[in-house]
Amino acid sequence: MSTVTTPPTSGVAGVKPAPAGKPRPTGGRASAGDVALSGFSHLFLLVWGAMVVLPLLWVVMSSLKSDAEIIKNPLSLIPDSLHWDNFTRAWTKGGFSGVFLDTVIIVGGGVLLTMLLGSMAAYVLARYEFPGNRVIYYLFLAGLTLPVYMAAVPLFKGTELLGNSIPFLGYNQYVMLILVYTAWSLSFTIFFMHSFFRTLPTTVAEAALVDGASHTSLFFRVMLPMAKPGLISIGIFNVIGQWNQWYLPVLLMQPAGGEEKHAPIAQALIGLSVNQGYKSDWSGMFAGITMAMLPVLAVYIIFQRQVQAGLTGSITK
Amino acid sequence: MRHGKARFVASFLAVPVVLYAYYVLWPYIQDIFYSLTNWGGYSDTQEFVGLDNYVRLIHDELIRKAFWHSVFFLVTVPVFTIALALLFAFLLNVGGRGSRAGVRGVWGSNVYKVIFFFPQVLSLVLIAIMWGAIYRGDGQGLLNGLLIKIGLVDADKPLAFVADPTPFLGVPAVLWWLLLIAVWGGTGFYMVLFSAAMQSIPKDIFEAATLDGASRVKTFFRVTLPLLRDSVSVAWVYLGFIALDMYALVYVMTPNQGGPDNASEVFASVINFTAFSKGQFGYACAIAVALGIFTLLLAAVQLRVTRRERIEY
Repeated sequence: MSTVTTPPTSGVAGVKPAPAGKPRPTGGRASAGDVALSGFSHLFLLVWGAMVVLPLLWVVMSSLKSDAEIIKNPLSLIPDSLHWDNFTRAWTKGGFSGVFLDTVIIVGGGVLLTMLLGSMAAYVLARYEFPGNRVIYYLFLAGLTLPVYMAAVPLFKGTELLGNSIPFLGYNQYVMLILVYTAWSLSFTIFFMHSFFRTLPTTVAEAALVDGASHTSLFFRVMLPMAKPGLISIGIFNVIGQWNQWYLPVLLMQPAGGEEKHAPIAQALIGLSVNQGYKSDWSGMFAGITMAMLPVLAVYIIFQRQVQAGLTGSITK
Repeated sequence: MRHGKARFVASFLAVPVVLYAYYVLWPYIQDIFYSLTNWGGYSDTQEFVGLDNYVRLIHDELIRKAFWHSVFFLVTVPVFTIALALLFAFLLNVGGRGSRAGVRGVWGSNVYKVIFFFPQVLSLVLIAIMWGAIYRGDGQGLLNGLLIKIGLVDADKPLAFVADPTPFLGVPAVLWWLLLIAVWGGTGFYMVLFSAAMQSIPKDIFEAATLDGASRVKTFFRVTLPLLRDSVSVAWVYLGFIALDMYALVYVMTPNQGGPDNASEVFASVINFTAFSKGQFGYACAIAVALGIFTLLLAAVQLRVTRRERIEY
């Protein structure tokens, strides 16, 4: 009879449980060593944990102080009284209400389009033989290595040129930025989904085609639903990546004179910190950082398993 | 069944390929063309000047600085981040009390993983602004405040942090302060990555090592670490790219986006400054091409060095 209480993890351990009397190498000393190692581990981990949490906590707490208190007592983690007005000021006067809307539009559009176009291209490249297949795939892969700064000057100029003839593809336009985000996210999305579509069984696809499904409906009805785990991983990766994007908007979201500026959140934060020198509204700045930070952290804490698996999965794939 | 296949393939590929070609590939190709001209950027006329820009680039003191700063980050960011991440992953997975070496994690290891991962979901710009407040050069920043309180720093002469060009170990202090942020931000992610890799190692390998009387530390260096080779080399490649991305910190945190005294210039800051402040688009494109060549060489070297027989289990 084998024991069923523990799942048979691996061959040897499952089949042959260690006899009770089996001598553990120097039992007493090892357990003292265990206690020491465990204590040592906790000490180190706690110190680093504090180094991560304390700065974040300090920012949140400073966002609730008055300017006078920030200057007089910068280190305290407990404000004298709660100044919620910092948040209302940053939201209305600091322009954060518009910034959030801009970010949601741009990232929402960017991620949806990236996922759709990326998985379409990856699917075709992974499962259909046609001349030029490898060339196109490797061209997409090439975008993984080269840094975006390298493309800055021609991208800047190309956007201006396009905007001269097609206004909504020029500077400071939502559609332009969504397309740029999508184009720059395609490389990794295709790389990731390509290997994912490869692993899906061919029998299902063949059966569907025999049943008279078109290639298009095969993709949308069968393959895309089967690729859901991969789509979630790469979706998380793209949401975080595009939400945090700063260089492309700084480069391309330049309003013409008199035009209202559209700025996603990272760009707005840069503006906030640069203007700081003139206004010195410290509490308003801390409130702005807090507003940008807390929603992301909250979403992360709720979905931490998926985020960790998605991000670590997408790097090792 | 072959019916309509070509049309289907074309219809699925057309939009992504056009988008990618216009916004990603075409700019890279244009770089090469513009780098051979003296284009100023604000007019549409340019003259072909051959390799003049490249000759100038080789003798440019600023580029040389930026190059060495990038090399500094390329070495230090991966080394410190991977070392710390491995240490924490080891403590996390091996540090608990238990009888089997290498298989018992510390109590609460999931909480640690969630917390250490925080910086990964925050944007680099947000982290930069936050650290800007921590690094403030007067007594009101978090770090200066703390250091003054415990008496390590004179209240009249607070540390300047990112505005400090004085060399430390031959490298401007500002770069070390920026490095600290990069390591602070990256360690948690790679700890989770290594930790997952450690947990996927079959337990009987550890049991065999324990039966042979190996201590945990010995098991870690002789068994765990060699089996993590793949993950570590992936991490190395990625951290290399992150090291080339330090521009976000430089842009937000340092005086004049590369200062003080050009002490924190990186390739990207020189490209931006040359193109958009000095209006020398042609020359900026030559720098961009140099950056591209540098990156490709680096990728090739990294692939070479880290490629090795896989261990199957």
